[in-house]
Order: sequence, then C-alpha cells, then structure tokens
Amino acid sequence: MGVTWDDLAEGTKAEPREFGPLTRTDFVRYQGASGDFNPIHHDEEYAKGAGFPTVFSVGMLQAGILGTYVTDWLGAANVRNFGFQFREQVWPGDTLTCTGEVTKRYDEDGERRVDLELLCTRQTGGTAIKGWATFVVP
Amino acid sequence: MVDKSAVGETGEAFGMTVERGKVREFARATKSENPEYLDDAAPVSEPTFLVSSVFWAPPGANRWGKLKLDMRRVLDGGREFVFHGPPPVAGMKLTAQTRVDDIYEKEGKRGGTMTFVVTVQEFRDEAGDLVAEMRSTAIETGKPPTEG
Repeated sequence: MGVTWDDLAEGTKAEPREFGPLTRTDFVRYQGASGDFNPIHHDEEYAKGAGFPTVFSVGMLQAGILGTYVTDWLGAANVRNFGFQFREQVWPGDTLTCTGEVTKRYDEDGERRVDLELLCTRQTGGTAIKGWATFVVP
Repeated sequence: MVDKSAVGETGEAFGMTVERGKVREFARATKSENPEYLDDAAPVSEPTFLVSSVFWAPPGANRWGKLKLDMRRVLDGGREFVFHGPPPVAGMKLTAQTRVDDIYEKEGKRGGTMTFVVTVQEFRDEAGDLVAEMRSTAIETGKPPTEG
C-alpha cells in the first residue's frame, strides 16, 4: 500500500473512481454472492408488477463497490468501521462515481487512525450511498 | 405497531466458516481487483462480506417475526460494519448471533411517526472473542412509502 500517515492530512481526498455502467448481470452476480435473492433486482415482470419501470440494483451492491473503492485506497486489512445509508436507487446502465475524504486524523488505543466521509454518486449527480469509515494506518 | 419488548431478544446462534472461494466470489461481485482479496492464500474478507452469513443462518437466526413490523412500510435505513481488528480472514470459523439492540421513534417530515429498529449481528471467533458486528437499521414509516 502506497499511502502513508503523512499523506492523510485532514481534508485529503482520494482520487475519484468510476464503476460501470452497471448491468443486470452485475445485479445477479451480486445476488448470488451475497445470498439476497429478492426478485425485484432480477425479475422484470416482478419489478413491473411492483410499479417499477424495470429491475434496479441491490443497495448492498453499490455499498460493496464503495467498500472496494475505500479498501483499495487504505488497505483491506486496515478497515475498522464501514457504515452507510441508502439514498437513490441505482438502475441498469448507471455509472457510479466513488469519492472519499479524510475528516479526522488521530491516535486511539495506540494506533493511528483516520475517519472518512464517502460518497457513491450516480451519473445524474444524485447520491446513491452516503458512507463513513474508520481505518487504522500502519 | 412495533413490539418494543423485543429489545434484547436474540436469535439462534449459528456457525459460519469464512471460505476463500466465497471471499473471492464476493470481491469479484463488488468489482474488486485487489490482490489482498483475490490472491492471498488466506485473504481478508471485504468490509460488507458478512451479509453472506445468510447462507449459514438457520430459520430461527433472526427476530423479525417477533418484532411485528409491517413490512409494506419498512425501509432499509442502512448498515454499519464494526471490526475489532482486521476483518475476518478465510479459514476462520465464526459463530454469529443476532440481537435486537434498540427500538426508537422519530417524527418524520412527511410520513408521521417513524420507528427505527436496530439489530446487531455479532461474529465471534473460536476463542469467543468478538471479531465483527453488523448493525442494521430498519425504518417502519407512518405511511406506506411511495415512489420517488
């Protein structure tokens, strides 16, 4: 991992990264991996019957993509907290952009830690996931 | 009407083995190319990997029936994963158990009173030490959610 403590001043932003466009296959693949088989994410007739124009993504997929983004930045073994809220739905063809910023840099329990604010936005500018995380910095 | 006496109730505990192939599958599904997940012989798992505990859970693992939520009015209020060290690593044998942690109300802007139900799934290692927690918040709205 290239990022060091000295690189992580409060206000430091990670390089934004795009994911997608997301496909129905991405939704199905995530459903198989996670065990959430809600048909609203893969069954077109079911989704339309529930009043939606088509199937939409699993909220946990875009949360998982945000997790991929942030652990690529600060290291998979270093995460100590990762939380998020779901905002807008994500649809087939959407491209997501993940961003992250250091909001706090501190020592706790003999470890160096950073708190982060994270966002996963749609190509419309709308927020799909609002997240936060804490990492230790070796 | 949510049954507040459910706070403190626990579901049936169950075993979950963190498997290397599952860690890899989950990482690929969340669009990772990180060798920490894909190439290590005993890879650490993704920060949201523990949702896949559902594959191991017996029918009595959750307490949703006891809560008496009206599922037509329930929104997913988000999740938080807490790790008391590095996230679980492939090969670990975990014991998972869910408890109802908190139930509280807030006045919503549009939908009347909203009820928040927080459940926590704890994951312990073979020594009984707490490794990770998955906190989930469900929100029962005052009125059925409408689109948009």
